[in-house]
Amino acid sequence: MEKFIKHTGTGVPLRRSNVDTDQIIPAVYLKRVTRSGFEDGLFAAWRNDPEFVLNKDEYKSGTVLLAGADFGTGSSREHAVWALQNYGFKVVISSRFADIFRGNSLKGGLLTVILPQADVEAMWAAVEADPSTAITVDLESRTVSYGSISHPFAIDDYTRWRLMEGLDDIGLTLKQTDSIDAFEEKRASHKPATLPIRS
Amino acid sequence: MGKTLAEKIWAEHIVRQADGEPDLLYIDLHLIHEVTSPQAFDGLRLTDRKVRRPDLTIATEDHNVPTLDILKPIADPVSKLQVDTLRANCKEFGVRLHSLGDLDQGVVHVVGPQLGITQPGMTIVCGDSHTSTHGAFGAIAFGIGTSEVEHVLATQTLPSTRPKTMAINVEGTLKPGVTSKDIILAIIAKIGTGGGQGYIIEYRGSAIRALSMESRMTVCNMSIEAGARAGLIAPDETTFAYIKGKPHAPENWDEALAYWKTLYTDSDAKFDVEVDLNADDLEPFVTWGTNPGQGLPLNASVPNPADFADSSERTAAERALEYMGLTAGTPLKEIAIDTVFLGSCTNGRIEDLRSAAEVVKGKKIATTLRMLVVPGSARVRLQAEAEGLDKVFIDAGAEWRNAGCSMCLGMNPDQLAVGERSASTSNRNFEGRQGKGGRTHLVSPLVAAATALRGKLSSPADL
Repeated sequence: MEKFIKHTGTGVPLRRSNVDTDQIIPAVYLKRVTRSGFEDGLFAAWRNDPEFVLNKDEYKSGTVLLAGADFGTGSSREHAVWALQNYGFKVVISSRFADIFRGNSLKGGLLTVILPQADVEAMWAAVEADPSTAITVDLESRTVSYGSISHPFAIDDYTRWRLMEGLDDIGLTLKQTDSIDAFEEKRASHKPATLPIRS
Repeated sequence: MGKTLAEKIWAEHIVRQADGEPDLLYIDLHLIHEVTSPQAFDGLRLTDRKVRRPDLTIATEDHNVPTLDILKPIADPVSKLQVDTLRANCKEFGVRLHSLGDLDQGVVHVVGPQLGITQPGMTIVCGDSHTSTHGAFGAIAFGIGTSEVEHVLATQTLPSTRPKTMAINVEGTLKPGVTSKDIILAIIAKIGTGGGQGYIIEYRGSAIRALSMESRMTVCNMSIEAGARAGLIAPDETTFAYIKGKPHAPENWDEALAYWKTLYTDSDAKFDVEVDLNADDLEPFVTWGTNPGQGLPLNASVPNPADFADSSERTAAERALEYMGLTAGTPLKEIAIDTVFLGSCTNGRIEDLRSAAEVVKGKKIATTLRMLVVPGSARVRLQAEAEGLDKVFIDAGAEWRNAGCSMCLGMNPDQLAVGERSASTSNRNFEGRQGKGGRTHLVSPLVAAATALRGKLSSPADL
């Protein structure tokens, strides 16, 4: 996973709440067996609308998505994270994310930042007034800044460390194999197994 | 202080705990399907890792498969590649797979319980948000992303932060014609699509205890629609009776039963939040908008966005009415439906088919609509056929299909056309969920059946 320490880019104001993962990428686009190429499914239902924010020239190269509340609700599809990343987004800012989407994003290196709704709205206004506004998201100092404004954000130390080091969770867990072995030793024998098959 | 059920199960599965880190949680059962697993298996291959516990892993084909002509090659080449990839991966890594044509093929959340491998006190995960279904047995069950699927395949564990606990107390007695689907739709309308965020919900109270196992699964299934990570119900005699005799029921039954009986929330335990709902007052519930929280009793009318105090709710309602092609003030019972879908992991089990069949028996569906009946698994389909339910539906004019996720999500051939309106027993009414431009009203199996007969949103009492 690529390390995330600090990112500076322009913002894309997505003034909608409850953007579920079926909107981020409809199911019909989920059929690839790779992790790339999902950008064509990103917000597919809205991309035909010339007024949709991603179709406007001034927002096409944005890398920081400024989303409404309850972003990423619904399906657990990690394809939603891949679609955003494949398109070029590095950060999503919202006042509230759905749990599974947030977990997926932070595992995959897409930084999801929670700011109060009023701050998100102020950022919408700022990037609508000037789409070239540079937004810097600094994971080291846990701040989002643009112009003369700076907002602190919270992220737990462990996730921050993992993102800044670009560490693979599986590799970290495999260092605990002894603990997993020990746990399995004392697992109750009545717990079900899928094999051998019983019918 | 005592512990809640969720806290007990969580504590029993901690492999490793360290300050400032998520708990490393042992996973008792990992369910797999074709859509969210290919990149995970690929990851294992790239790093030369194996599946640690194939004997705690099971796969089925459900999301993208057709429900007609299932023994012919899959017509859509991209879907076929995904299914072929699952088959090759399961073979390579030694994972049990139930393919199209197999008795235990079907929607992954119908398959686990019917095999008896979903049991109380377990931790269960799947790359599908409706994994919360299995919580009905008193298990912590939740959906995960593909990176986590790979993690569980490789280690049989998952680093996880323990959610907070929420009790939803549903006391009272449901009126005839009101079902567990109405309970959960009413809960989501009450607490909102983000109301359960960060919580494991425990559904409690006399109305929950009175539900059958399959009805309990419907409630837990839609926990995610309230934003919750998981939802569960304390196991009781109803749970034990359901598991007994299933293929993978414990051989050392008495030992398992003794353990299961310890799985309840202690009387002095404290939930982080409690919510109450009165079952006596509930009516059949339907959604009018484009998220599952936008629901109302069937006797109500399409709401006026101007009546919403909260500005983002008002905007969401305006957008929803526009997408849904609805006018404020229209009685919900006057909304004409084009397609009725009976099926999915929410309502595709045998009891759902029985209750709907009871309504349509000897009658004809409206000539203005089509009705798809899609059993949740091949086993449910066979059971229904043994009871003659297939004939009831076919005689009424409905289509009798093979098992799969079908029209719950638009990624297999069963889809709504642009502007087509459905009454669906599934779980999501998102824009385009059932097909691009499709309009979805979420309903119970009883409302689905009555709607099929009358042609407009209806409950059996309206016939």
